[in-house]
Amino acid sequence: METYTLIVLLLAATLRVATPLLLAALAGMFSERSGVIDLGLEGKMLGAAFAAAAVSAVTGSVWAGLAAGVLTAVALALLIGFACITHRGNQVVAAMAVNIMVAGLGPSLALAWFHLGGQTPQLDAPGQRFVEIVWPWAERARATPFPGLLYAELLSGHSLVVYLAAALVPAGAWVLYRTRFGLRLRAVGENPAAVDTAGISVNGLRYQAVLISGVLCGVAGTYLSTAATSGFVRDMTAGKGYLALAALIFGKWRPYPTLGACLLFAFTDALATRLQGVALPLVGVIPVQFILALPYVLTVLLLAGFVGRAVAPKAIGVPYAKEQ
Amino acid sequence: MSAPGRLPRWADLGLLPIVSLLAALAVSAAIIALIGENPWVALRLMAAGAFGSQEAAGYTLYYATNFIFTGLAVAVAFHAGLFNIGCEGQAYVGGLGVGLVCLGLDHHWPFWAILPVAMVAAAVFGAAWAFIPAWLQARRGSHIVITTIMFNFIASALMTYLLVEVLIKPGQQSPETREFASAAWLPSLPALLGRLGLNVSASPLNLAFLFALAAAAFVWVFIWHTRWGYELRTVGQNPSAAVYAGISPPRVMLVAMLLSGALAGGLGLNEVMGVQHRLLLDFPGGAGFVGIAVALMGRNHPVGIILAAVLFGALYQGGSQLSFDLPRINRDMVVVIQGLVILACGALENLFRTPLAALFARWRHPGEGT
Amino acid sequence: MDPPAEPASPANDAPPALELRGIDKRFGPVHANRAVSFTIARGTVHGIVGENGAGKSTLMNIVYGFHRADAGEVWVHGRRVDIHRPHDAIAAGIGMVHQHFMLVDNFTVLENVVLGVEGGRRLADGLARARAELERLARDYGLAVPLDAVVEHLPVGLQQRVEILKALYRRAEILILDEPTAVLTPQETGQLFRMLARLREQGKTVILVTHKLREIMAVTDRVTVLRQGAVVHETATRETSERALAEKMVGRAVSLQVERTAARPGGVLLAVRDLEVRDRFGVTRVKQASFELRAGEILGIAGVAGNGQSELLEALAGILTPSRGEIVFQGAALMRGGFGPRARRRLGLAHVPEDRLRVGTVTAFSAQANAILGYQDQPAYSRCGLLRGSAILAGCERKMRDYDVRPPDPGLRLSAFSGGNQQKLVLAREIDCDPQVLLVGQPTRGVDIGAVEFIHRRLVGLRDGGKALLLVSVELDEILGLADRILVMFNGEIVGEVASADATEGKLGLMMAGVKEEPA
Repeated sequence: METYTLIVLLLAATLRVATPLLLAALAGMFSERSGVIDLGLEGKMLGAAFAAAAVSAVTGSVWAGLAAGVLTAVALALLIGFACITHRGNQVVAAMAVNIMVAGLGPSLALAWFHLGGQTPQLDAPGQRFVEIVWPWAERARATPFPGLLYAELLSGHSLVVYLAAALVPAGAWVLYRTRFGLRLRAVGENPAAVDTAGISVNGLRYQAVLISGVLCGVAGTYLSTAATSGFVRDMTAGKGYLALAALIFGKWRPYPTLGACLLFAFTDALATRLQGVALPLVGVIPVQFILALPYVLTVLLLAGFVGRAVAPKAIGVPYAKEQ
Repeated sequence: MSAPGRLPRWADLGLLPIVSLLAALAVSAAIIALIGENPWVALRLMAAGAFGSQEAAGYTLYYATNFIFTGLAVAVAFHAGLFNIGCEGQAYVGGLGVGLVCLGLDHHWPFWAILPVAMVAAAVFGAAWAFIPAWLQARRGSHIVITTIMFNFIASALMTYLLVEVLIKPGQQSPETREFASAAWLPSLPALLGRLGLNVSASPLNLAFLFALAAAAFVWVFIWHTRWGYELRTVGQNPSAAVYAGISPPRVMLVAMLLSGALAGGLGLNEVMGVQHRLLLDFPGGAGFVGIAVALMGRNHPVGIILAAVLFGALYQGGSQLSFDLPRINRDMVVVIQGLVILACGALENLFRTPLAALFARWRHPGEGT
Repeated sequence: MDPPAEPASPANDAPPALELRGIDKRFGPVHANRAVSFTIARGTVHGIVGENGAGKSTLMNIVYGFHRADAGEVWVHGRRVDIHRPHDAIAAGIGMVHQHFMLVDNFTVLENVVLGVEGGRRLADGLARARAELERLARDYGLAVPLDAVVEHLPVGLQQRVEILKALYRRAEILILDEPTAVLTPQETGQLFRMLARLREQGKTVILVTHKLREIMAVTDRVTVLRQGAVVHETATRETSERALAEKMVGRAVSLQVERTAARPGGVLLAVRDLEVRDRFGVTRVKQASFELRAGEILGIAGVAGNGQSELLEALAGILTPSRGEIVFQGAALMRGGFGPRARRRLGLAHVPEDRLRVGTVTAFSAQANAILGYQDQPAYSRCGLLRGSAILAGCERKMRDYDVRPPDPGLRLSAFSGGNQQKLVLAREIDCDPQVLLVGQPTRGVDIGAVEFIHRRLVGLRDGGKALLLVSVELDEILGLADRILVMFNGEIVGEVASADATEGKLGLMMAGVKEEPA
């Protein structure tokens, strides 16, 4: 019974950890499917995390924070888009530039405005964070292990963003495969010239994709600082943007396999956290640093093992210029 | 036919980076104003802090030493078509190699024997940390940007573990090794100059600065004047043509990354052997990422890299002085400038190049329609 | 081929389908179109010829909305139209089939046709309606294509039909085809032309942009000749000839045939036995190829692009490793490891690749850097790893002189040279070390006529000097003009060998389409 409870709690933690990864990965999916490499997930999330926490602290409303987070991520996304789409700049460089810039800008602004050494104030007043939503009769259901505990821990008790992220997977799939926009988006990532000759604006489509990416990254970043934790701290994304990208690649740029990859990452993370300080048979206690490094090692293994020959959208990374 | 207008070579290499830099600085100034400080005051303080005294200049060049190493590392990889974001981790592990050599030999061997071993260790350890991502890209097509970033995180975890659990000086709280014996110290340049009769204020500037310059010269010869450099550039520009010419892109990419990692390891000589005289946490301090800005600004050419490295050294040194006088700004602002420089020099070239080229066309052929 | 039938409706009372008045366009210093004006009557097939760089593609791109003219007007069916982007051209009833297909490889035919005119936000509704309409079009114009097949699995001829369907689905009245026969066998070309005739019967207007004079003579009603951006000639096809058109294209008398004496083949220099080559994806591209190449002859390999010639060439050059069979060169069995492109060059086997921009040169490098590509480790150019700058420079200057490469500036980046000059430099490089065998792929693709003559003369000169040449070309005229012996490849196999004296286009065309020669 203990094990069962542990597993359920572990799965619940997995869902929470997976949420920002999933949102970021879906963001990347739209952008990369249209042909724009999305290495900027990290910076957009971090920027959104800062903006959301700052605005929530100042206004007392997490919804204002969400709006600020989304706007910030969208602004950063459009900046990258401006450099890469309109001016055909190097997509990798532009994204890394934004990532680095945001890493410095967040703490700079936080220091200047809040004088807390680069953090934002703790969000502890009611309304400043996304709180867990408890479904009806959850407390009573908890008593019965199956399916009560599943209901109480796994389904109920997550913040709104988690449910939103889950809903976005089928929504994203629908948009990508069953709408006109999705068809054009996929086309522009494979052969932008074909889209151009059909009379559709290549840059327009890519900007739309990049915009969607910004919105989703904004939600992801907001979640990090207003739901998962209660404030912005420097470098708080800790590489999640890159993990999300690896999950996307592993998921072959498709919504459901990407979801699977994100859950895998999140599960590993949750499991590793649980194993901190626990003595395992044969190896004893694993040093905490190795546990912290686990997601990164897993990423490398995934990218090395199966994904080596994953086929990206054909036109990805290549700025579109008309043939002469 | 209608590529954004062509600039003469000197303008492309010299003028364009300066214009990009000015644009980046202009935006930074706006941000500083947004924070509530006066950008001109900030600029004056930074300039004074960077060059206002011999000691300050020494600090500036000491920082520049790190950036020359990482800038060269990034540039060599760029020439082979690879984006090495892992210099931070490679420098970290390269320094580990230096530290291990020093800890092992400092009581037994003289300086002139320790030095070459330490140099080799810096190169080998740095290269080793670049090896796996390089191999994965060459053989498995794994995106080298993501793998090198992951290896930065892994390096951080590894070094933390080593410094906290394994190499820490017994009885000490802070995660550092013991200090090296003087046989494992790189001589400081002010001290050397003093022995020659020139009195220069003390600063962390040390022999590693000369090694960095030598590394730059080596890179220049290697990339443009050797057959291996030619093959490396060919792979970077056109892998299909490289195969046609009998060059193996996977092998060349691997060698380029190993060389890149080895150069990044040079930072370890500067920090570990030249300044800190011990191993400690996070001594690269972001230099790996500055290397990207330096390489892009310097157009991947050793001369440009040295100049850009000095510029960023000035920003770093000036920036740390800033935080004394302007409490609302600290070193994070320099990171912001770094990001803006990378954006301007590396991704917004066409934005600046087109009007510049138009100006040139007007200047060269006045009166002719475009 | 038969002369074209009379146009169905006399064009004198209907306004012209397309009229260009004073179209002018510059790209920087290059004057691509100079005040181009002409008229295309409705219900005709109109040809536009010119050399590479004459401005035909630019002109059509302006009509289709890819570029904006600096000056001039476009009138469609008697009304002036402002075409700023393809959307406007499509609305005006203009459709274009590009030389390089504008298809999304992993979409189905239906999805490709419907892209841009899906008929609603949700795909399902639009697709069903489109399917019905497409089936009707296919019947009316004889353009049957499997609607649910994924495009990248279709043969090239069918892919082209998808392109035409796309235009017709958008109610194009004017159809522009840009170099449509580059990828077709002679038989498929015939099918295409029959389809064009049918379109004309239905009152559509067809504009055929090509440099192949024979096709102009075969299928068009009128032809406009462009040279260096300007219209230099316009005539009814009936009243002109290939030779006359060629002269107008170049501005001087042109010999369309290469002068050469009979070959005198010597000993076998290269022998290939039962060669099997797979491409990067593991698909077998060359099956059981066997032939011999002798000194003093040009062996031509004819075939439509994509039938294994490229892979054969790459295997001989050392770029692809054969999975089975033998290649013997100068007595050395090249299959045993260690004989990559560099070693082959040292043994005397040089290679002019089919795609000089993507494979044969590094366009960002200077001319002199390109002049040593593949030869950078030869003692002439490097010593102990260090490049010998002055030797490289002198070598490049010499090559540029001998091969009349203009401008003779070794420091200029290669992208600034014209196609013909680039190709001459590549040829100079490969011949410089006096190879015994030269592998040549598409030597005159994208090259102006003057350079074509020069290159052809050089190749024949090599042959007369006792070298052996293997010539792969999709231009049948080039093969017929240069080769002493011709092998035809179809579907990875060598389906026949013909001596040049016996070779005719019809005979070769049948073999290229897979009809094997009957033993006499």
